This record gives sequence, C-alpha cells and structure tokens, in this order.
Amino acid sequence: MSNASASQSVPDAAGRFGSFGGRYVPETLTRALDELTAEYAKAQQDPQFQAELDDLFQNFVGRPSPLYFARRLTERCGGAQIWLKREDLNHTGAHKINNTLGQALLTLRMKKKRVIAETGAGQHGVATATACAHFGIPCVVYMGEEDIRRQAPNVNSMKLLGAEVRPVTSGSRTLRDAINEAMRDWMSSVETTHYILGSVVGPHPFPRIVRDFQSVIGRETRAQSLTRIGRLPDCVVACVGGGSNAAGMFYPFVGDTSVKLIGVEAGGRSSRPGDHASPLSYGTPGILHGSFSYVMQDEDGQTCDVHSISAGLDYPGVGPEHSYWKDAGRVSYTACEDDDALRGFDALAQCEGILPALESSHAVAHAMKVAATMKKEQTLVVCLSGRGDKDAAEITRLRG
Amino acid sequence: MTNIDTLFAQLATSKKKALMPFVTAGDPDLQFTAEVIRELDRRGCTMCEVGIPYSDPIADGPVIQASYTRALEHKIKVKEILAMLAKVSGEVKMPLVTMISFAIIHRYGLERFVQDAKAAGVSGAIVPDLLVEEAEKFSAICKAADFNLIQLVTPTTPRERAIRIANSSSGFLYYVSIAGITGERTQLPADLVDNVSWLKSQTKLPICIGFGISQPEHVNLLKPVADGLIVGSAIVRRVAEAATRDRAEVLKDVGQYVTSLLSALE
Repeated sequence: MSNASASQSVPDAAGRFGSFGGRYVPETLTRALDELTAEYAKAQQDPQFQAELDDLFQNFVGRPSPLYFARRLTERCGGAQIWLKREDLNHTGAHKINNTLGQALLTLRMKKKRVIAETGAGQHGVATATACAHFGIPCVVYMGEEDIRRQAPNVNSMKLLGAEVRPVTSGSRTLRDAINEAMRDWMSSVETTHYILGSVVGPHPFPRIVRDFQSVIGRETRAQSLTRIGRLPDCVVACVGGGSNAAGMFYPFVGDTSVKLIGVEAGGRSSRPGDHASPLSYGTPGILHGSFSYVMQDEDGQTCDVHSISAGLDYPGVGPEHSYWKDAGRVSYTACEDDDALRGFDALAQCEGILPALESSHAVAHAMKVAATMKKEQTLVVCLSGRGDKDAAEITRLRG
Repeated sequence: MTNIDTLFAQLATSKKKALMPFVTAGDPDLQFTAEVIRELDRRGCTMCEVGIPYSDPIADGPVIQASYTRALEHKIKVKEILAMLAKVSGEVKMPLVTMISFAIIHRYGLERFVQDAKAAGVSGAIVPDLLVEEAEKFSAICKAADFNLIQLVTPTTPRERAIRIANSSSGFLYYVSIAGITGERTQLPADLVDNVSWLKSQTKLPICIGFGISQPEHVNLLKPVADGLIVGSAIVRRVAEAATRDRAEVLKDVGQYVTSLLSALE
C-alpha cells in the first residue's frame, strides 16, 4: 500500500477490509448483526458510553497498563531496547478484558438478557465471565475439551465467577469447535442473547468492534512511547492467533510508517500442514466463521486441523484486517515454533521475573531475535498480551 | 426454465406439493448415498437436497453435523460427490440440488462449481452462508448457466429484506421455520403459517419450508401454505444407522418414513 493511512479507513460499510472480511453466516443471524452494527454506531457517538468504558478501564481493569523497559532482557539480546506493554497486569491477566467490558456495555444497551462466548486458552472466557459478573448478566462459555484439559485454572475461575462452562466434544475439541458451538447457540437464542466474540474474527461488525475496543493498547503505547522514550518505537511485535491483541496494538500505529509492525503466528512443530497454526504464513484466502480471510484449508475449502502449544493460538483462521495488512505490506507476519516460544517464556521469566502467557511467549521469542539485529539506540515494544500462570502446569507437564 | 421451474409449474397445475428429503453425501459412503437417493425417488419424493459435507457447519444441528464429520473422516472430495451425482441423476426422475457452504464453492471456484454441478445433473444450490449482500457475483454466474441459486428467509428476517431475498432467488425460496439450527422438533412456531402466507403474497416463487419438520402433523399443518416441505435430520438420523445395521433394512425404513410424509402431503 502506498498510503498507509488508507489502512485506517477500513472496514467499509459492508465490513470489508479490502477484499477480506464481510459476512458469511446463516440468514438467521443477520438481524442481530445489523442490530449490533447500529448499536455500536450509536455508542460511538455517545460520550456517556465512552466515559463509562474509560472509567471501567481505569478503575476496574487498572489501565493504563505500564510500558516497562526490560533492561536485563535487552542486555541479553544485545541490540535494541526491549519494552513490554504490560497487558498481563490487567484485571483477569490479559488484554481480553478490554473487549469484553466494551461488548458487555453493548449487551446492556441492546437489552439482551444473556451472554455466550467461546474460549481457547480461557482468557476470553474468564474476561467474559468477569464482565458478566460485574454487570449481573447470565453467561455461558463454550470451550473445547482439549482446551479444558490444558487450561484448568481458567476453567475453575470461570465457574467461580458464576459462568457455565460447556465442554465442546466435536472436531479437534479446541477453539475452532468452541466458536462453531457458540454460533449454533446464537442461532437458537439470537433474540435474547449477545455473543461476545473474543477476537477480531467472525462476521461484520465483530472484527471492527473488537479491534476498536482493543485499540486502547496501541493508543496507550503510542502516547507512553512519546513520553517515556521521547519518540515512537522503531518496531512493535505482537502474537497473532485470531489476532485481537495485535490488531489493538497495531491499529493506532498503522499510519506511522516509520514503525515496523510484526505479527508472530504459532509455528507449532514445523511448517507441515497440521503441525502449526499459521494461516498468514502458510494459508490461503478462504471463508471461516463468517468472514473471508487467510485460513488453513484443503483444496475443497475444508478447514485443516492445526496445532500450537498455546491453546489461545490454536486456531486455523485469523482476523480479516490482518489479511488486509499482510497483502498491503503494512505488517510483516512470521511464525515462531513451540520450542522457540518456550525459550521466550524462559527468557522473560528468568531475566525479568515475569511469567508470560504462552501466546505472548511467541512474540517475546521473535522480538528477541529481531532486537538482536537492531542498533542499541533503537527501541522495540512487545505486546505482552497475558500472564502465564494459566500455562505453568502445562509447561511443567510438557517438560516431564 | 430449469428443471426446478418446470417441476413447480407441473405441481401447481396438478395442485400438488413437493416433498424434498435431504441426504448427506458420503454418509456412510457414496455408494449408499446413491442407493438412498434412488429409494427416495422410487417412493415418489419430488426433489432431493444433497448435503455436501463441510468441516465447520454453523446452521446445522448435531445430527447433520455428525453426518458431515462421518463423511469427511473418509476424506471425501467434492469431485467424488459430483461423480456420484452424475451417475445417479440420470437414473432418477426428481431434480437434485446441493446444500453447500460458500467456503467450499469459493475454494472450488464459483464458475467451475456451477459448470461441474450442472454437468453432474444438479439443478441448483442452496448456500446457507451466502447472504443476499454477498451473492451478486455467484448469482450472476448461476443465472448465466441457468442454474438455480436458492436463498433462505428466516423468522428473524425483516419483511423488506425478505422481499429483497425473494427477488434475488430462483427456483424456489427456502423458508426456515425456526430461528435456530437444523433438527427435528415436536412443535413449530405458532406464527409460522401466517409468516409464510404473507411471504406468498409478496413473491411468485414457490416457497418451501425446512428446519424442524419431521412429522406427518407438521405436513398437515403446513401443506395449505407451503409449495414444498424439506425434511433433513429425520432422514439423516435413519441413514446413519447404515453404519451398524443391515443396509437393506435401513433403506426400507427410510422409504417407509418418506411414504408416511408423502401420504400426509396428498
């Protein structure tokens, strides 16, 4: 793209990011999606809505999250200064709370009586359960059985917060299947229920709404960089599953062409199909869960099984705006394999005393490589999207 | 005129209604799917919807979803399904239409799909995840090939939009009886008959009702307003037994079941 600022004008009224996005859903859902689009447009014009969300961000979530200089990690890498945007310090331990509070407010505005959600790693489930508990809305969370096994602490938290966790036993029993089940529930309950989708995926208007609510990450990072570093960072790195933390981080920087943006997908065990979850690196444009984007699919359009050590990245699709940014050349996407992510986890734990989520560990690991190639006076910011308590037992198990 | 247009014109003249069973291609294998289609034709069904299995169906309930999973476990491909349909379409009287996700059509290629489906004797496609806003390109390709694109109206569709969908649909209009997923139900919505009656007053297209329909009582309730009835999960559930029961018995059960519905439709 010759004019990076053009990226900030998407999506169009039909939810298109260039050729990506749109709506590919059963007709039953269109009225609810139209209603959500209209209500969000009204909320954007309502200063009271923004004030209420800002107050929640400040006093409930603990925003702004710090921009932290990782001195020892920087010394270890021997290149650019590495800074961390500490979304792990948010209430509930991840960036997911930014979106769920915003969508819970929309739920109340639409006078819907019930919320459903899907979750992979459980962070979106916990964040949705938290927002629903805060506002007193009944909540059902769909979660694949495999993810329930991998993310037991978050399952327990959701239940303690009063949410019902419904195990999904179909397919690969991971995030993709949880989204299918949540969509099915929504088909049958659309008059009374709002589906708080957890990433920048799905039919219009979800990719835009989730990006907007998560953009607080990038806006704060931009302002904090100017104040603390004295200029914009040279490089920003974030992990990409569905891509919500990355979209929120990147979006406010899209017009700043001096800032290199890097998205890191789950490279899994290898680049062979089925061994990774990297549609932007290895996939092709196709349709999944209501939008047109890069997906892992076979020659018939059937979704392929994927793998990641991180339940939150274990997804065969990606948000349509990331596909747009990839094809426009504004964001570079790469993949980090499981073992590298574990090395990123160890490095941050041992250099900085921070346990990153396995999702974020992918970004940390790649950022360490990139920083090492940069000059000492340059700066690189990593979106530390969540904390790693939830993954500690799984990492211990994997290491025997 | 397509086969479907001709069929509904004939039905209207003879004041008859269509019964359209749904079968999942490849569950448990393509050979048995062909046998089921022949049996449905022998029993007097009017048209057959052939579900192309998809890995991530959203509109389908557990019965049809499970049938898709079983079919895909055998790595079944669209080319193989069309090859089976090419053979069977020449042997049966009833027109065949596919129920297929746009994810598959997009990947296969829009024009290539219409050409290959038509060459296999398929008369049209129901694409449940292709909304009217996204359908323009595919609709033009279908129209140019005289291939029906059958679109869906649901209880949550606003009336203005329903008219727009009817105007862009061809062959017949698929009215989804309930706001939900496919699957057998004991009760249908109280306002279903009124809603279909209103829609009939707005379009010349035949209207066929699907989702949740499984019992002769449903047939009796809907036959005064519908031009056709679509029955899916109740048939797929019976066909699924072919994996564990004698196939001839399963075919007989399916046949007897559709005969009971056809009798109610008389």
